[in-house]
Amino acid sequence: MKAFSRLLDQLAFTPARNAKLTLLRDYLGSAPDPERGWALASLTGALTFEAAKPGFIRKAAEARMDPLLFSLSYDFVGDLAETVALVWPAKPGANREPELSEVVESLKLASRREVQQLLERWLDALDASGRWALLKLLTGGLRVGVSARLAKQALAGLGDVAVSDIEEVWHSQSPPYGDLFAWLEKHEPKPSANAPGRFRPVMLAQAIDEESDFARYEAKDYAAEWKWDGIRVQASHEAGQRRLYSRTGEDIATAFPDVIAALDFNGVIDGELLIFRDGHAAPFGDLQQRLNRKTADAGLLEKFPAGIRAYDLLMEGDEDLRPLPFAARRKRLEHFVGRLKNDRIDLSPLQPFHSWEELAQLRAHPPKGDPQVAEGLMLKRWDSIYEPGRPKGPWFKWKRDPHLIDAVLMYAQRGHGKRSGFYSDYTFGVWREDANGARALTPVGKAYFGFTDEELKRLDKFVRDNTVERFGPVRSVRADRDFGLVLEIAFEGLQRSTRHKSGVAMRFPRVNRIRWDKPAREADELPTLEKMLD
Amino acid sequence: MQELARSRSMLGFRQLLRNTPEGLYCPPGDFHIDPVRPVARAVVTHGHSDHARSGHGAVMATPETLAIMAARYGESFAGHTEAAGYGEKISRGDVGVTLVPAGHVLGSAQVVLRWKGITAVISGDYKRRSDPTCAPFEPVPCNLFVSEATFGLPVFHFPPTDDEVAKLLKSVALFPDRTHLVGAYALGKAQRLIALLRRAGYDKPLYMHGALAGMNVLYQAHGVALGPLLPATGEARNALPGEIVIAPPSAIADKWARRFADPIPAFASGWMMVRARARQRQVELPLVVSDHADWDELTLTVGELKPEEFWITHGNEEALLRWAQLNDVSATALEIAGYEDEEE
Repeated sequence: MKAFSRLLDQLAFTPARNAKLTLLRDYLGSAPDPERGWALASLTGALTFEAAKPGFIRKAAEARMDPLLFSLSYDFVGDLAETVALVWPAKPGANREPELSEVVESLKLASRREVQQLLERWLDALDASGRWALLKLLTGGLRVGVSARLAKQALAGLGDVAVSDIEEVWHSQSPPYGDLFAWLEKHEPKPSANAPGRFRPVMLAQAIDEESDFARYEAKDYAAEWKWDGIRVQASHEAGQRRLYSRTGEDIATAFPDVIAALDFNGVIDGELLIFRDGHAAPFGDLQQRLNRKTADAGLLEKFPAGIRAYDLLMEGDEDLRPLPFAARRKRLEHFVGRLKNDRIDLSPLQPFHSWEELAQLRAHPPKGDPQVAEGLMLKRWDSIYEPGRPKGPWFKWKRDPHLIDAVLMYAQRGHGKRSGFYSDYTFGVWREDANGARALTPVGKAYFGFTDEELKRLDKFVRDNTVERFGPVRSVRADRDFGLVLEIAFEGLQRSTRHKSGVAMRFPRVNRIRWDKPAREADELPTLEKMLD
Repeated sequence: MQELARSRSMLGFRQLLRNTPEGLYCPPGDFHIDPVRPVARAVVTHGHSDHARSGHGAVMATPETLAIMAARYGESFAGHTEAAGYGEKISRGDVGVTLVPAGHVLGSAQVVLRWKGITAVISGDYKRRSDPTCAPFEPVPCNLFVSEATFGLPVFHFPPTDDEVAKLLKSVALFPDRTHLVGAYALGKAQRLIALLRRAGYDKPLYMHGALAGMNVLYQAHGVALGPLLPATGEARNALPGEIVIAPPSAIADKWARRFADPIPAFASGWMMVRARARQRQVELPLVVSDHADWDELTLTVGELKPEEFWITHGNEEALLRWAQLNDVSATALEIAGYEDEEE
């Protein structure tokens, strides 16, 4: 486990691709089987455990130390697994460190109860970096910036073969990849590549840069369609296997039996998962009721019926359409969806336009119907092949302009992750009349991004210089008629909320500008905000 | 009765030491300790610029600390100076003042005050680990212990320092075409790191940012062996592949770093314990090497000295206060402003 956790540590801090490759090759070439195979699986996401929930890990740590000391530590570090890894009290005379393969194989056989005992025993035996690796592994996310593609490149380097050779066989292999390593080290012939129902890495869009991209690209080269407000899915039915993948390749089929039942075709569709009501897309809030669940009961299925709005066709029967240009794939998709006659799978229509100006008008004033709930527009080059990743040029997303209000900074909390040590989470409020008719600020939301690192430093200093009270990680800052910091807040939508004192909840709020110049008393009033309710 | 005795000694502590906008002040001796603004009489624990400022009327410190201040600010950094060697007994009014080693950097001292049967120890910045470049911390049993708390959180269990040095040397071996650019505080950390690399058997020349030269010479003049050191500047572009360059932390992310061969930014600091801190500074090779006490050292030291009262000058005091409460130690946070330990 030591070599693996050191590798993870170094990968996490190394941004450069080539350096990551060096580290990976060094590890994969020197670690023994099956250790390196399990490491490879966990790095590429092929091996995920949800053996331990964050709540359990936290409880285990709190059982060994004062909960307040734990929470002060968590607040400082910002990441649960890292906090536990750092604060876990050393146990002199603990068992020897477990190997990664031992962890993986024990977890496969262990009951839930046993998992908890094993986990505590391993935490006792490992050092801080080993504990971090173990906890990340058990909570299902290493996130050290190694894509499957990068790992495959390291493998290609190790075996001195082309990356496409690795990709070809990849989906037919399974951890701990004994055959794969045997082939790469020239002990065995190349393994076979056939695996129907496998996930195809998705193609993603770049955000458009209005300043430069419209001048650079021509309107006639692009098709436009609305950007639906659901989640991206890949639905496949191949050789009798039905699959529904999220855009990262996670199989979410069990939570969407209604969608799975509707996959009466032979091929692979790329589209948006939405809640459909009478053929129309419901707001994202409805879909949220069905996300992050393992299963769905009959009541939920009836109340929130899900379907797919298709926008691409990757496989039709055995034919791989990805090398075809978008224009050709689109024709095939239209016929394919047309033939299905299934009310759970419809077609994302193209939005005709002739110039960028015309498209800008459409974006600002979407036509009646579903486009009104869209997040914006998607632009796809007619001649673009389906290329996994986020290439620059073929696909763009162009989101709608957000709503803007001027609010006053009221509270700040120390940030998590990259921002730990900075006051970077800001609660802001607008003016309202209180029961006595006096103007008072009422909090309406919280934002923690939208500013540069330089601005963050200034905001952090402002918070520290103008703190009124401290509540653990939170500070209240001076905010009254005569003094306060105005933040221009951008947000996507506003809904009524009973959970918030102000009665409104913002979607996706962020700091758009910092109005160092604007007096606090001139910030917006609650009624202004209420007019923006969706 | 016990309560009464306690409040009586509390009263005594507050007559001996109190917090002022300038920093800690000792009324019966009429001097400040590590004042953050110019004062008439100062006792200075060590040479880091936030503790040792220029412009005081008179400064008492160890000879090494006075030398460091003179090197940083010029000979006329104070109206008058008084060198106090470790263990020397000095009187200020009816207060006995003694400086004892703090183990933080060369010349660093704790200030021991004796007055009317009270012994108060002001630790300054300190650590308990071995450091080849300075005298080790000397525990002095006391009634009042005034401590720093830079790393006063249970997340800070610093790993063995030799392991961190080994990590650096392994990376140098794995990336022979790249320069390892290590950020280290110019006073203390840099020289300790050099000495640790030498102890690990690294005998090639080490390359130095210009800002470190003065302190390196000063340490060598005080008998600290640093081996062959060469200036890092003045070399051509893509210079020094496979070499280790040591620079002040601010320089490693600066334009200055561009001259080196695809440099790997490293940083030797206790803050490197926390991933987010390393990422904030865009450090690729975090090295946990600190000149401060970690959580274990802080709490073990209080446990060892068994003071009646424990005051915390600066740093992460909340968790230490909680620890004190759980361990039945009477503690107060002074929240003295003006000490910066970000670059530690």
